[in-house]
Amino acid sequence: MIVTNYDMHAGRRVKTLYRDLSIAPHILYSYATLARALCGARWPPRTAPKRTALQGLLGLTEVGRLKMVHKTYDEINDRIARGEAVVLTAEEVARMGEELSPAEIARKVDVVTTATFGAMCSSGCFINFGHPEPGIRMESITLNEVPVFGGLAAVDAYIGATEVSPNNPRYGGAHLIEALVKGDRLVLEARGKGTDCYPRRTVRAEISKETVNEVTMVNPRNAYQNYPAATNSSSRILYTYMGMLLPKFGNVTYSTSGELSPLLNDPELRTIGVGTRVFLAGAQGFVTWNGTQFNTEKPRNEWGLPLGNARTLMLTGDVKKMDPAFLKAAYFERYGVTLFVGVGIPIPVLDEDLARRVSISNRQIETTICDYALDGHPGITRASYAELRSGALTLHGKRVRTAPLSSLAKAREIAELLKVQVASGSFPLAPPAQALPAHAVVRGLQPSGSGGLE
Amino acid sequence: MKEKYVLEYTEDVVDEPIIYSLIKHFDIKVNILRAEISPGHEGSMLVEIESTPERIEEAKAFLSERSVSMTPIAQSLGFKAEECIHCGACTAACFSGCLTIGAPDWTLHVDRSKCTACGLCVPACPLGLFTLKFGN
Repeated sequence: MIVTNYDMHAGRRVKTLYRDLSIAPHILYSYATLARALCGARWPPRTAPKRTALQGLLGLTEVGRLKMVHKTYDEINDRIARGEAVVLTAEEVARMGEELSPAEIARKVDVVTTATFGAMCSSGCFINFGHPEPGIRMESITLNEVPVFGGLAAVDAYIGATEVSPNNPRYGGAHLIEALVKGDRLVLEARGKGTDCYPRRTVRAEISKETVNEVTMVNPRNAYQNYPAATNSSSRILYTYMGMLLPKFGNVTYSTSGELSPLLNDPELRTIGVGTRVFLAGAQGFVTWNGTQFNTEKPRNEWGLPLGNARTLMLTGDVKKMDPAFLKAAYFERYGVTLFVGVGIPIPVLDEDLARRVSISNRQIETTICDYALDGHPGITRASYAELRSGALTLHGKRVRTAPLSSLAKAREIAELLKVQVASGSFPLAPPAQALPAHAVVRGLQPSGSGGLE
Repeated sequence: MKEKYVLEYTEDVVDEPIIYSLIKHFDIKVNILRAEISPGHEGSMLVEIESTPERIEEAKAFLSERSVSMTPIAQSLGFKAEECIHCGACTAACFSGCLTIGAPDWTLHVDRSKCTACGLCVPACPLGLFTLKFGN
């Protein structure tokens, strides 16, 4: 949105603004630039000024549209091939957004890299062990005593990240996946009933990523678009997937990389869909579908950003090409085993709208703080990531410490690495083969009994 | 000088007034931060001791004669730093200010002098990187 005309009285006001901003009056500035000038040190405001209000303040007679910046994937890939592309991390662009308008950012920046490194329980991988001679139809399978799902063809299995060893509840599927990535050997034990075509009934073997046919990571739900923060009003420590929640609002934990988080930088998923290439634990993987619990209907704040867990991605990648630096098995006390997964997604800055999206900062991204002591974890208030990242916030009149659960240091490492890969042309960009759902809600489950809660 | 130590008592001396002796005979300021002692069993105590280096050395010798080990807190808290992924989960549990994470680098900072041996970091770390030598 560009100021195209103003009357004599308003002219002085606009010229003053131009002088204050040390910018030349013959250049037309965007709505955002002028709005920021009006708001001064209070930028960004909690509520974006209405265009009409801005028009009134400036005394403008007309606020019109000028030719918008528009770039295609091909143009961006050409710029990458010529070594001219400007690739920045979402954090760098968020800082740029404090100085420049979306139009200016759209002209200057071609690609923005985003990343996250957090615990993602809904992760796992398919593995094909290869056939022994004579063959076995594997029906009950363990790796290092951890059960893996064998309800597939003879020697196929799925290693679920949260499955645990019956002999050690702190060791599970996530540890198997990490071991496979590292190249460690695992003990496979399998049983089958013996059939005419697969006569063998038991098998024991040492396997590694070198001995098996395929190990393909297929994570049904990764890279949540925002996630509620957690606190605890009760009088005892709660051990949760949101970490240790100390009694009487003793802390607040949160788990996204905020302004660096992939789906918060393209909240309507204009550039992320089926077939989008992603950084997955050090390898190049792909978005294969929408993730489970994909939700487009979460309440949004005035910046159009969801206030809780909304969209998700199903991701696939080759475990043999992954790097142990970007994948880590974990155990949350009294909760269970899970897997930290490093995910990175480059977002092409196709136009001003995307430039505005990628330049959002932690002050604009908010989440809901939920009380894990109460049934259904009801939201009690909302907070921006700037507040959460400050180390403490006020809750019920009390200063409460805040702590992250996903690694920003690792996410930054991924975003920087991705910057180099994109700029060098080894991480090509392409439009999605198909968009993810435009409308989707999440259903609950209606239990038929009291389910052991009595 | 002021430093935190973990005192480990054997069952033979657990009913002796060790702290009284430290104060009375060595003029040492003792602040007991945490204690787990039961008669007939081994005990552990986290104390902050303030005195001159000479007096602290004398106290160490006195404790050693009575088979009470005196380990600086820095050595009681074990942490496999090289395996840390800097998620920050431990900072949610640590209220003493020993474990902190924040701008600009968002890597974990460990200030052992602030540790109060509460032990909450041990279960809080999703990678199990902390150990605390205190009791048990």
